[in-house]
Amino acid sequence: MEFAELIKTPRADNVVLHRPFHPAVEGTLCLTGHHLIFSSRRQDNAEELWLLHSNIDSIEKRFVGSLGTIVIKCKDLRIIQLDIPGMEECLNIASSIEALSTLDSVTLMYPFFYRPMFEVLEDGWSSFLLEQEFELLSSVTNEWRLSCVNKEFSVCPSYPAVVIVPKCIDDEALRKVALFRHGGRFPVLSYYHGKNGMAMMRSSQPLTGTNGRRCKEDEKLINATLRSGRRGFVIDTRPLNVAQQARAKGGGFEQEVHYPQWRRIHKYIERFNILQESFIKLVEACNDQSHNMDRWLSKLEASNWLTHIKELLTAACLAAQCIDRESASVLVHGSEGTDSTLQVTSLAQIILDPRCRTIRGFEALIVREWLQAGHPFQQRCAQSAYSNSKQKWEAPVFLLFLECVWQIHRQFPCSFEFNEQFLIMLFEHAYASQFGTFLGNNENERAKLKLPQKTMSLWSWVNRPEELSRFQNPLYEANSLVIWPSVAPQSLQLWEGVFLRWNRPSKFLEEAEEERINIIKYNKELQAKVNALRRQLAEMETNEELLEE
Amino acid sequence: SQVEQVKLLDRFSTSNKSVTGTLYLTATHLLFIDSSQRETWILHHHIAAVEKLPLTTSGCPLVIQCKNFRIVHFVVPRERDCHDIYNSLLQLSRTAKYEELYAFSYNPKQNESEQVKGWQLIDLAEEYKRMGVPNAYWQLSDANRDYKICETYPRELYVPRTASKPIIVGSSKFRSKGRFPVLSYYHKNKEAAICRCSQPLSGFSARCLEDEHMLQAISKANPSNRYMYVMDTRPKLNAMANRAAGKGYENEDNYSNIRFQFVGIENIHVMRSSLQKLLEGIGTRGLSVNDFLSGLENSGWLRHVKAVLDAAVFLAKAIAVESASVLVHCSDGWDRTSQVCSLGSLLLDSYYRTIKGFMVLIEKDWISFGHKFSDRCCQLDGDPKEISPVFTQFLESVWNLTEQFPQAFEYNEAFLLQIHEHVHSCQFGNFLGNCQKEREELKLKEKTYSLWPFLLAEQKKYQNPLYNPDFSPDLTLLEPNTVSFNFKFWRNMYHQFDRSMHPRQSMFNLIMNTSEQNKQLEEDIKELEAKIKQRNGQSDVVLVKEQEQTAPPAPVALKTPPCFQKEQPPMPVTDAVRTIEGSNAADNRYSELVSEFSKAEPAVVSLEYGVARMTC
Repeated sequence: MEFAELIKTPRADNVVLHRPFHPAVEGTLCLTGHHLIFSSRRQDNAEELWLLHSNIDSIEKRFVGSLGTIVIKCKDLRIIQLDIPGMEECLNIASSIEALSTLDSVTLMYPFFYRPMFEVLEDGWSSFLLEQEFELLSSVTNEWRLSCVNKEFSVCPSYPAVVIVPKCIDDEALRKVALFRHGGRFPVLSYYHGKNGMAMMRSSQPLTGTNGRRCKEDEKLINATLRSGRRGFVIDTRPLNVAQQARAKGGGFEQEVHYPQWRRIHKYIERFNILQESFIKLVEACNDQSHNMDRWLSKLEASNWLTHIKELLTAACLAAQCIDRESASVLVHGSEGTDSTLQVTSLAQIILDPRCRTIRGFEALIVREWLQAGHPFQQRCAQSAYSNSKQKWEAPVFLLFLECVWQIHRQFPCSFEFNEQFLIMLFEHAYASQFGTFLGNNENERAKLKLPQKTMSLWSWVNRPEELSRFQNPLYEANSLVIWPSVAPQSLQLWEGVFLRWNRPSKFLEEAEEERINIIKYNKELQAKVNALRRQLAEMETNEELLEE
Repeated sequence: SQVEQVKLLDRFSTSNKSVTGTLYLTATHLLFIDSSQRETWILHHHIAAVEKLPLTTSGCPLVIQCKNFRIVHFVVPRERDCHDIYNSLLQLSRTAKYEELYAFSYNPKQNESEQVKGWQLIDLAEEYKRMGVPNAYWQLSDANRDYKICETYPRELYVPRTASKPIIVGSSKFRSKGRFPVLSYYHKNKEAAICRCSQPLSGFSARCLEDEHMLQAISKANPSNRYMYVMDTRPKLNAMANRAAGKGYENEDNYSNIRFQFVGIENIHVMRSSLQKLLEGIGTRGLSVNDFLSGLENSGWLRHVKAVLDAAVFLAKAIAVESASVLVHCSDGWDRTSQVCSLGSLLLDSYYRTIKGFMVLIEKDWISFGHKFSDRCCQLDGDPKEISPVFTQFLESVWNLTEQFPQAFEYNEAFLLQIHEHVHSCQFGNFLGNCQKEREELKLKEKTYSLWPFLLAEQKKYQNPLYNPDFSPDLTLLEPNTVSFNFKFWRNMYHQFDRSMHPRQSMFNLIMNTSEQNKQLEEDIKELEAKIKQRNGQSDVVLVKEQEQTAPPAPVALKTPPCFQKEQPPMPVTDAVRTIEGSNAADNRYSELVSEFSKAEPAVVSLEYGVARMTC
């Protein structure tokens, strides 16, 4: 398909761009296959806006006489308005944007066309391989092995080709266990707590059904992570009654009789469609400037967003607590094991593992626990909070995770190597990007799309020194401790950087942030200078002593 | 007296975590020292309420609520001891006479001249001069020199030059408590004024020509605008109800060129119960997010704070944008009027955003104009219906502004919290009593000390490291965004003493300390450079050159000559400044789960407030 067919009016002049808290600008609007480009032609202060069509969540158009207005709502929650003179031009542009922002085929997406303007220093597609993770693991324990049982993606379509499993379980057993777990997602290693040798595993629900089917290999697999005589915890992210109901559909949960060494804890985390509703309500509340205080607070409450944050953080703390405080191994799962399960396992690692609080470590965590673990990014991030169409698979599961990280970051502002901008950047790229990293729903699909060959990885770009400097937290000082966040409602805050980002003037807050960074930078300069001067003085003194001798 | 084996319970722990220690009662403080020698001091004057709860197996619970929002929960082993403490505290926390307040016995070891100088630190005459009065339009009036016209006003008042004594007297008779319109703030550039008064005694139809003249005089004292605003800060309904009692509000028809405006701030009783509801809401253990948010909403507290700030914005804009003078009043003109006038001035004049300026602002619009601190803060045992968090609300409004304009204020949050602390502590004389006349009668300047010099002496603690004096030079208007989502719950005020609620690493402290350290380093550099220069002067010129070539800035890790280490070790990068809290086991509330895990066979584990709890 040629994009030109979809673009009947590639260019319109005298278009006026309106953005909140910015003066209106007049300029020229151009449409290309992947971008909407607005450029003010003013010589003195040229402004340009490049918007990826894939970032557009919904558009609305209306007319007053022959002046058309298009309101564009983006997946990053920004709303802009374009006044376009001429009814035909406006209609053409609106229909082009609509068509270009809802392309069906993944291979038509921008990452397949994007040619980087920078030199690739390190190919992000091979920056975070499970083999490297395993090497690290092997240096502290020999109880685990890499299995290639899924190398054709035939045992579990949503798992990567290689996984880490207990050494004593062979591939044959894994195939049997896969048949006993929803979607073939047999228990695999998510995190190994070097401090006490405890393991966090993740999987999907067991397919016990109504007649209590069991699978000896499954029991053996997860028991392999237990120390003799000690118990483990299964954290089920569904409430008990939901887990029970799941049996009628062939699903189920680990029954005590067959897993006597495991204690099951039900810690409910909302399903994805509920989260999407909550997301939409929250964004609606934040976008309405006219709310009086009572209405704002009740809308904020009704969105339930912060409740989800609290529940999620609580579940993650619980998992971390079982591992670190109880010295027990943990298995986490919900139904499919691709959403709430990953939220819990990845957040628990943020709490437990200092490495995950570094930039590279956090990237590795996202690759391992989200991309390779088969979180269906393409389905979940197809639309954001403004979609008019009836939602199918969309949900802000990843955004919730990022916000929880942000909440912990707020409470431990010196313990993270990255800053808030890094988290916001990840949110943006998960929804619309020039990079191929978040395309596809799992490694299987990514392999079929040949993403590593045909697109650029986000990490190739982010990890360049010039980009990295924007995402570094100047307050960072490695903290090797486990960091336990407070989950009291008084300790949680609305993530203003995402939800109020476009709704209030942020100039003063940004300047203040800059000043904070300057103070830290200045401190380092001064210390360097003091040390240099001291050294100089000392050398002068020794030289004098030498001369005297 | 002392009681041993007393348990101090953790307020938000769901598993009754506690520390054991000894409780002491002194003449001024209650002191608890726990087994690890940590001390908790509570000033008797800070105690708002003491409550004895029903006896439990472990002892007799005693809950103490403080005016600075600290709540402590003791369990005393023997009921008799508990009863004794309870009675003592009731007595000690209720004072009948001003002379029994802490300020009269507090001795900071200052000599007399220091004491006098301390009281002279804030000079309101100077302040009016700074504003630009007296001038061609405004003059100092001696009408109230002996507190004859208005007991609750200060002696020195500024009024329009055209307002003669008969006009002043007449107007004061037509105003509640004699509080006639006087100058609160004068805006030099716009030649516009903020004036304040109490409600007129207009009833349904009464008029007063002198009062009408008074307003006209204020209006005419502003050469740049023909009309003036009259802001009634009460809800319209309240103002109308007041008419039945012979009070009320200005009838626009009787006053020439006034624009009358209600701004709808609720009265002291609504504010008192609003804060009460807020505290009840947030004090619940195991609070859910939705309970917290609906508690916040139902209390109405943030709505009231927004109303106060909205009124201040209206006032400031009338002056800065329209160059119009504004007369502000409520009922008596000492609560809402003080809030709105002071906040309006703060938005208009950057001087009030400095440490000294903020002290001046409080002295002027709150202390001198007779905000009834004694009644509102319940300094003496009195009418509980007079208590109201009007001043707290003012501080909270200022805090909201500091959040929106992080570089506009010389002072930080700690300054606001410290002032709040001392408004209730009765340790210094400034806030004692209800008005200046009362303060003079109490001879506070001789018998007590002023708070301000003490705050100035430790002003390092109160400086905002991000402050940029050029942020808003002189009289640039601060225009806050008052959309609802900008107003946040002030955790550091209402949970100041609940450590578990706060971030475990404080970015604020880190920046404060780093900024402080930077100043020290700058000094060090100067000193070192001077030493080097001195040495260079002593030594041979050739040697100096050689040195410069042979001593390139090498990495610190290079081996250092012994004398270098002797003198002073190189500073660790930021270790001196950082402390990482909350991640050791002792401080960690999750550890509570440990004991409970081994107990029953629970089906559900839940974590509340970072505290783990298992329900079977």
